[in-house]
Amino acid sequence: MIAYIIRRLLHTILVVFAISLIIFFSVRLTGDPVSVMFQAGEPTKEAIAEVRKNLGLDEPLYVQYGIFLKGLITFDFGESFRSGMPVIDLIKEKLGATLALAFGGMAVAIMIAFPVGILSAVKRGTGVDFFGRIFSLIGISFPNFWLGIMLILIFAVNLKWLPSSGFESFKHLILPSITLGMILSGILARLVRSSMLEVMNQQYISTAKSKGISDFAVIIKHAFRNALLPTVTFLGLQFGALLGGTVIVEQIFSWPGIGRLIIDAINQRDYPVIQGGVIFLAVIMVAVNLVIDLSYTLIDPRIKIGGSRS
Amino acid sequence: MTSIQLEQSPQPISQQKPSFLKKIWRFIKKNPAGVAGMILVLLSISAALFSQWIAPFDPSKASLTSRLAPPSWADETGESVFFLGADQVGRDLFSRIIYGAKISLMVGFFGVLISLVIGTILGLVAGYFGKWLDDFIMRVADIQLAFPFILFAIVIMSVLGTGIWKIIIILGLTYWVGFARLIRGEVISLKEQEYIHAAKAIGGTTFTIIRKHILPNVMSSILVLGTMYIAEFILLEASLTFLGLGVDPTIPSWGGMLADSRNYVTTAWWTATFPGIAIMLTVLGFNLLGDWLRDKFDPNMKL
Repeated sequence: MIAYIIRRLLHTILVVFAISLIIFFSVRLTGDPVSVMFQAGEPTKEAIAEVRKNLGLDEPLYVQYGIFLKGLITFDFGESFRSGMPVIDLIKEKLGATLALAFGGMAVAIMIAFPVGILSAVKRGTGVDFFGRIFSLIGISFPNFWLGIMLILIFAVNLKWLPSSGFESFKHLILPSITLGMILSGILARLVRSSMLEVMNQQYISTAKSKGISDFAVIIKHAFRNALLPTVTFLGLQFGALLGGTVIVEQIFSWPGIGRLIIDAINQRDYPVIQGGVIFLAVIMVAVNLVIDLSYTLIDPRIKIGGSRS
Repeated sequence: MTSIQLEQSPQPISQQKPSFLKKIWRFIKKNPAGVAGMILVLLSISAALFSQWIAPFDPSKASLTSRLAPPSWADETGESVFFLGADQVGRDLFSRIIYGAKISLMVGFFGVLISLVIGTILGLVAGYFGKWLDDFIMRVADIQLAFPFILFAIVIMSVLGTGIWKIIIILGLTYWVGFARLIRGEVISLKEQEYIHAAKAIGGTTFTIIRKHILPNVMSSILVLGTMYIAEFILLEASLTFLGLGVDPTIPSWGGMLADSRNYVTTAWWTATFPGIAIMLTVLGFNLLGDWLRDKFDPNMKL
């Protein structure tokens, strides 16, 4: 058990290290940030050299990477080329909005997928099941940013019920959360349906039924609770995908989160912010996966801890 | 039931075989979702292959007079009819959607082709030879899985700049993991089958065994996963292009059209609605087809 935890931790460190390498070097593949910063006027050579020195860009790459790696451990991602603010402060400022959006998306997915998936499984083969399956198939078949635009068109522009941009109140959270959660709800409904079906075939369900317990109690107490475990694991693993999805959703709703910060930084070639933002999101995802993996083995001791990955 | 029908049926159905049309009808009735998927996929493929002949207008021909023209079936002048409307510089939306299919399907097909070839080779190698090769390949796969694709793509594309082949290559180099894991799993269980042992015993070389006995058995899984990945790649390309990090914005593409529509959505709903519907129908088609193929080959396939 402890050996497993240690191996898993080492693996996580390896992953973070690989991610840092990829991000650091790909960001530096082309383009000199200084030349982009001076787009407007004709800078003198001395001015360029001065800026490069101030930003630490005159150091050899491996020194820059060393500084970057050291910063990663201490959560110090340097300062923005543009505003001069520490990157970690910029991230902290936007973290709340991004997390609110990610949790909102997950809540929407759960609220839609659980009823749809359970009903589909219980009423297997009927019209309800058919519509449930069509729903989940359509749910994974359109780009979420398009759903966002359509929601804005309907609820913000035409009906004027909900705001279309910014994050000032709970009302602002509704449309972005639906946009983010919809695709996940399609995948999740499928999973809930199939794990419910698997559980419903078990003998203890027939036993429970034969005891004369109401259908509803059997479904919720006996079947659903057992079907929950794979679903929860899946949700944890999908949290990362949700965080990735916020990058796009934040663009549509002018959401003041990390995703927007990254895209704005890309447009301005603000390397420390791109690097810091992306690696921050990536590390959160990897950390969530680690926690889920470890807690999964604690919750369910039947899971094989041996190395078999097949 | 059948006997009653036989008695009532006026024609003897002795040696008459069901006609071709009847066979097709029976097939449609048995697999409505699969057929719907096939039709949607065929429609999008034809749009992509025959854009020049289908599109009524030049997709990049701008016209000031038709700026944001609403959808209409008939025009008084009888000159130009934009039945899905026109965009912010007066280009025909329908023609642009037809041409946009080229981009989406190219990304889908070639992206899947690259990831499929890499993934199949690495999956076969990892599963068949095992040991350190397996460990190494699967470790690389784990790392790649842990890194969220959209962030990776955003970083790389922001550095490399837009371009359809860049997206195709990035997708191919990231998504091989799915194929590799799937095929590795199947090869590991196939490897212990008796006919493989028999083939080895009669002196079959490794290459022959893989080519003749293993590969044909994993083909159906490859086909199912490939179909589903086409759907996913089309969505990813549209998302990246929407962010300005995908294909060149001057080329008509569905993601690009949606990006253009953002500033006009309040006044011209059609600019945002129709490209999205095009994406949805195409992706739905591939998903329906993939689902149907999976159920046909192996309903228990873990996909």
